Amino acid sequence: MSESMVLMQGNEAVAEGALAAGVRFFAGYPITPSSEIAEVMARRMPQVGGTFIQMEDEIASIMAIIGASLAGKKVLTATSGPGFSLMQEGLGYACMVEAPIVILDSMRYGPSTGMATKVSQMDFMQARWGTHGDHWVIVLSPSSVEESYQLTIQAVNLAEKYRNPVIILSDETISHLREPIDISNVPPIVERKLPTEKAGYLPYKTDSSLIPTIANVGTGFRTSFTGLVHNESGFQTANGHVAEALVERLRDKLFNNLDDIIRYDIDRAEDADILFMSFGITARAVSEAVESLRSQGRKAGSLRFITLFPFDDERVRRVAGGAKTIVVPELNSGQLVLLVKRVFGDSRRIVPMNKINGDLISPQEILSFVREENL
Amino acid sequence: MRLDFLRSERLPNIWCPGCGNGIVLRSLLEAIDQLKLDPDKIVLVSGIGCSSRAPAYTAFDNVHTLHGRAIPVATGIKLANPDLTVIVLTGDGDSSAIGGNHLIHAARRDVDITVIVFNNFNYGMTGGQSSPLTPSSTITTTTPAGNLDRPFDLVNLAAGAGATYVARSGVYFTKHLTDHIRKAIAHNGFSLVDAVAQCPTYFGRFNKKGSAGQMITSQKDWMVLKSVADKKTPEELVGKTVIGEFVNIERHAPASADAVKEQS
Repeated sequence: MSESMVLMQGNEAVAEGALAAGVRFFAGYPITPSSEIAEVMARRMPQVGGTFIQMEDEIASIMAIIGASLAGKKVLTATSGPGFSLMQEGLGYACMVEAPIVILDSMRYGPSTGMATKVSQMDFMQARWGTHGDHWVIVLSPSSVEESYQLTIQAVNLAEKYRNPVIILSDETISHLREPIDISNVPPIVERKLPTEKAGYLPYKTDSSLIPTIANVGTGFRTSFTGLVHNESGFQTANGHVAEALVERLRDKLFNNLDDIIRYDIDRAEDADILFMSFGITARAVSEAVESLRSQGRKAGSLRFITLFPFDDERVRRVAGGAKTIVVPELNSGQLVLLVKRVFGDSRRIVPMNKINGDLISPQEILSFVREENL
Repeated sequence: MRLDFLRSERLPNIWCPGCGNGIVLRSLLEAIDQLKLDPDKIVLVSGIGCSSRAPAYTAFDNVHTLHGRAIPVATGIKLANPDLTVIVLTGDGDSSAIGGNHLIHAARRDVDITVIVFNNFNYGMTGGQSSPLTPSSTITTTTPAGNLDRPFDLVNLAAGAGATYVARSGVYFTKHLTDHIRKAIAHNGFSLVDAVAQCPTYFGRFNKKGSAGQMITSQKDWMVLKSVADKKTPEELVGKTVIGEFVNIERHAPASADAVKEQS
């Protein structure tokens, strides 16, 4: 093992990945199963000249990182479902003012307080649609400790590049898993674009990238931020045309860059007659099940969503190959499968496979499922 | 007053004729001028409500946040860049109801920000409902038979939570108001000014308080300077609101905002 290999817990990898990406402000509130991230940050932030603060609740946590982000810091908060629910109003605000922030949601069993120490993938749709109004977020899903480290760096980079909230949708098992990872493998770090000319400065005016170049507060540009619909100057307006153009731009600044944002892990989809679509911890069981099926002579394949959102129907259709049967295992009552059905309609046999008892789906369960359902 | 502290292109403001918010805003701008602060290093942060529209009329960096959430955003800004002067402009409902938890915790942490509460005893933006600072027995649209609840004493609430500078003033006493806003901003630590203003459109009309002018001038009848009040008996102070400086102490150490500097 090389010297840069270290044994790390998933939550610790998120914290270290954030630090490697330049995060220097963390605000959070204790909650199982994400608390270790706050604990690591409380210890590590002072070492790198950053700030850790434990806020009074998750609402305050997300608002504090938004404030720090507007002041120029790269920021992170971490929580689980109950706290993620409280953060939803702040998430919408960050979308609207285009504050680069990263939120980690380690999914535990819900609804409500649920089972704090049990795994689920029940926040999939919440990550996309949790806050009110049309809005767009980037959601990334790690399947390992190594990927928790790498995707956290990617999340910070994407947040800064697109001036948009990015959610890392992890889960109780990945959070608490310990695996050896290579921390020396750090991709290029992105810094947010800042304006240089004060004359004619319009914070929300964009070029063809549709991404605004907004000054950090305290740098002399005198910016106005508001969650109200605002024009290019940043000021409130009730003009319907301005509102429409703003909400369209918030969508298009991401959807015009799907090649940059979307990552899938595709395994032998091209010749598969049975294709699994999954994400996060469940995809590890799928990976093993696909190997078993292949060794039995079955043409099995896998599409693992690393980027959950934006969800690009056309891209999924393109990479899915011609498998007649698509199985969608997930630790909820069927959330990802709704999107898969949207993509394929009746053209394929779409089979949901759901587990909602707080345990993981095992490779053996997938194999049994395939056998019993005659897939 | 420094007119370049205002964004003239954003005026006129949305406030009703006779609203007290403009007087508080003027006192704030006057205080900033007196302190000779670098305008580029001032950030005004607000929540939701009539008073929370004030920052966008100024020429400073300003952040209009969500209902009740100005204080945690201000906390994030201040900790991220301790060189900035961070001032929260908020209303009685914004700061003491939906944002009440944030208020007491910011006071407890003694984070070096200033909170100016435009206190007009009701929610003006939404049509005159009761707030936690609405006096008992008074009429609002949600207390049509008179407010059954007791209001917070905002000064004692902030002091009890650990604020190291707390003052109250009223729009009639403009110099007094400006002086205390100035001292609050200059204070090293969490500071709060309860700035009592009039809402003639709702609270005043519902409670037959007269015109805006009458509401303002009546403050000299029901407000008492702390230096005078200190010599009076509790019986003599029934129905009176005491104005002045209530807390002005050294901040609790170590304080979060300064700790950032010390670490780096």
